Amino acid sequence: MTMGEAGLASALAFFAFVSFLGAAMGHDAAFSFHASLACAASLISVIMIGNRYLDRPAELPPAEIGGRPNYNLGPIKFASAMAMFWGIAGFAVGLIIASQLAWPALNFDLPWTTFGRLRPLHTSAVIFAFGGNVLIATSFYVVQKTCRTRLAGDLSPWFVVVGYNFFILIAGTGYLLGVTQSKEYAEPEWYADLWLTIVWVTYLLVFLMTLVKRKEPHIFVANWFYLAFIITIAVLHLGNNPALPVSFLGSKSYIAWGGVQDAMFQWWYGHNAVGFFLTAGFLAIMYYFIPKRAERPVYSYRLSIIHFWALIFLYIWAGPHHLHYTALPDWAQTLGMTFSIMLWMPSWGGMINGLMTLSGAWDKLRTDPVLRMMVVSVAFYGMSTFEGPMMSIKVVNSLSHYTDWTIGHVHSGALGWVGFVSFGALYCLVPWLWNRQLYSLKLVNWHFWIATIGIVLYISAMWVSGILQGLMWRAYTSLGFLEYSFIESVEAMHPFYIIRAAGGALFLVGALIMAFNLWMTVNAGQASETEGAGALQPAE
Amino acid sequence: MSEHNEIDRVSGRSTTGHEWDGIKELNTPLPRWWVLTFYATIIWAIGYWIVYPAWPLVSGYTTGLFQYSTRASVATDLADLEKLRGEKMAVLGNASLADIEKDPALLALARARGKTVFADNCAPCHGSGGAGAKGYPNLNDDDWLWGGSLDQIMQTIQFGARSGHAKTHEGQMLAFGRDGVLKKDEIVTVANYVRSLSGLSTAPKFDLAAGKKIFTENCTSCHGDNAKGNPELGAPNLTDQIWLYGSDEETLVETITNGRAGVMPAWVGRLDPVTVKALAVYVHSLGGGK
Repeated sequence: MTMGEAGLASALAFFAFVSFLGAAMGHDAAFSFHASLACAASLISVIMIGNRYLDRPAELPPAEIGGRPNYNLGPIKFASAMAMFWGIAGFAVGLIIASQLAWPALNFDLPWTTFGRLRPLHTSAVIFAFGGNVLIATSFYVVQKTCRTRLAGDLSPWFVVVGYNFFILIAGTGYLLGVTQSKEYAEPEWYADLWLTIVWVTYLLVFLMTLVKRKEPHIFVANWFYLAFIITIAVLHLGNNPALPVSFLGSKSYIAWGGVQDAMFQWWYGHNAVGFFLTAGFLAIMYYFIPKRAERPVYSYRLSIIHFWALIFLYIWAGPHHLHYTALPDWAQTLGMTFSIMLWMPSWGGMINGLMTLSGAWDKLRTDPVLRMMVVSVAFYGMSTFEGPMMSIKVVNSLSHYTDWTIGHVHSGALGWVGFVSFGALYCLVPWLWNRQLYSLKLVNWHFWIATIGIVLYISAMWVSGILQGLMWRAYTSLGFLEYSFIESVEAMHPFYIIRAAGGALFLVGALIMAFNLWMTVNAGQASETEGAGALQPAE
Repeated sequence: MSEHNEIDRVSGRSTTGHEWDGIKELNTPLPRWWVLTFYATIIWAIGYWIVYPAWPLVSGYTTGLFQYSTRASVATDLADLEKLRGEKMAVLGNASLADIEKDPALLALARARGKTVFADNCAPCHGSGGAGAKGYPNLNDDDWLWGGSLDQIMQTIQFGARSGHAKTHEGQMLAFGRDGVLKKDEIVTVANYVRSLSGLSTAPKFDLAAGKKIFTENCTSCHGDNAKGNPELGAPNLTDQIWLYGSDEETLVETITNGRAGVMPAWVGRLDPVTVKALAVYVHSLGGGK
């Protein structure tokens, strides 16, 4: 037994014991429930580590076989499957809450099914569960392939993927039970945050150590973006979440920051979750999967360097644009706005590099719906990163803020950019990982068109409803009184909420087609003729 | 290294000579329009910093040439609004309720002001059209718990009902059952009697005379001998078909057993006097003003 196996098994056994005590002595039912989950998960993990030790050959898998790297694909397969699962769950919950806004009776007057609890479940499921698993899966794949070396660590990659999904489980069940620290996109309570910190530092170490032992002289651009994403998310997570639990045996805690400082920290975090989780991480995906799929070189190395550093430097300042016209000092609002404007071109640098990589291969868009999906995602990225700086301008923001326009903006980025580039990456990755041919390109085409129509319905409904809302709220009569009451603006939104829900339903249908396609690829697909990534590596 | 760099046939550019998993990179220079636009946004940002508040200092911050502040901007906007409403609102403030009723222009102004204020302050309980809900009176009918004249409506808006304000309307429906004044069967009997007052059907074995006796002994002091209510006490008229909590036997038994004491908040101090006046005119005009 290796030191790692013995150490992790002992640590998990100890953790199971601590969790058992927590479950028995917890002050609230939710905490005890979560402690029970932790106890069960730890015990199962100990058993699995034991089984793995008994089943495996005496030697650990070699780093190379016949002079070629022996890539570690097991954890990537796991994270890819979880991404698909959470994606469907997250899109479905999104459809439910969109429908609740159109038909409030769907809240069912039960605490667990109200909009207030399901909304963070939706956002966390799509961003952290779906997006996070896609990022972990692709980063582990890309870093191995572009460094020509096996992933660092033996159990630690498994710890990252399983530990991360356990965090998702704790966070999601917590929302349903009403456990939240009420910070947008940072709702999980203190113990979930601590667990995520351990998992994330392990992730960083696995990624870094793989880079360190690379066989290539240079580090590929996608890895710069992955590394920036991993490091910055760690910093943001620690900065936004320092909290003092009311009891170490209870779920409730209080955030260390107060008042406007708390708001500032929250949106420094919130905006850079967009910048480094949903942008930098997915740009990394773009930088590997588009050139790979198009079989063309990356358009401009220089542009990738300049836009990388400009993006990293400028993004971190832009958070205050979420707090225009609030108690936040004017100077901070100015900085947030001006840095957002300066961010426009650095963002577009990624779009240029993604789109122009296609030069010489544009014809492939007709025949390859996977590539088309990724290219359309880059177009949505370009559109969203123009719209974002525009909405950060104070006069525009005075109309758009607090309206559905924001929701539309977020979803053109989330559905169009993050969603489509993730789908494209998974359509590439699953056949490579399982060494199969994709089951059906025709179904990918259906997915592409159904989801695209869904996105267009969604974002155009939200543009119209958002601008309508903003205009209704600021309309004055000739006598100098507000023209509309708030409830009248709510009534006016109804048709757009129905269109939005219809768009979301189409997006979900597309994802279900995808899940079927990938399932069939793995279980009934033909073995790949071309040499796949896992050709040298039996499935773990 | 550069001598090994190959030329990409499609673009005619050289590559950087690196390759990762089959991916190469072209050595394309930065697009000129991209660089220029980037510079332009930087220059614009610097210009913005010069004229607007921008950078924190050891104490304070750079205030900018325009001396802009959000607070001052809000104050200006509010002042502009005051100017727009200005004299008209002053006239409204000085006019008596009777004067407003007589002057069509003033009436229109008061109703316009009242409508906005009603939507944001009153609609949550009374409904956006003033149609009310269970426990929240309908303001469109001509049935008034505390009186429906302009003055009475204004009084109610200012001080509310059971609001805790010194001048608020007091008086409540007593809890005849909970406090042991009436027995359960007596309550059922009197509930049926109350239904009979407005011509509603009664239970088959209901004893009208017994009901009337209980009603006379317990209820007429507030609701009046003829059960037509008393706006001084907020006691509703029981002979009309208008019900605040409901007319079915179950609801009436509940009302008589546990009493009722719904609260309307006092708006004096939360809304300025002119606004309250405008609101009274608006509510009076909804349908049933007396």
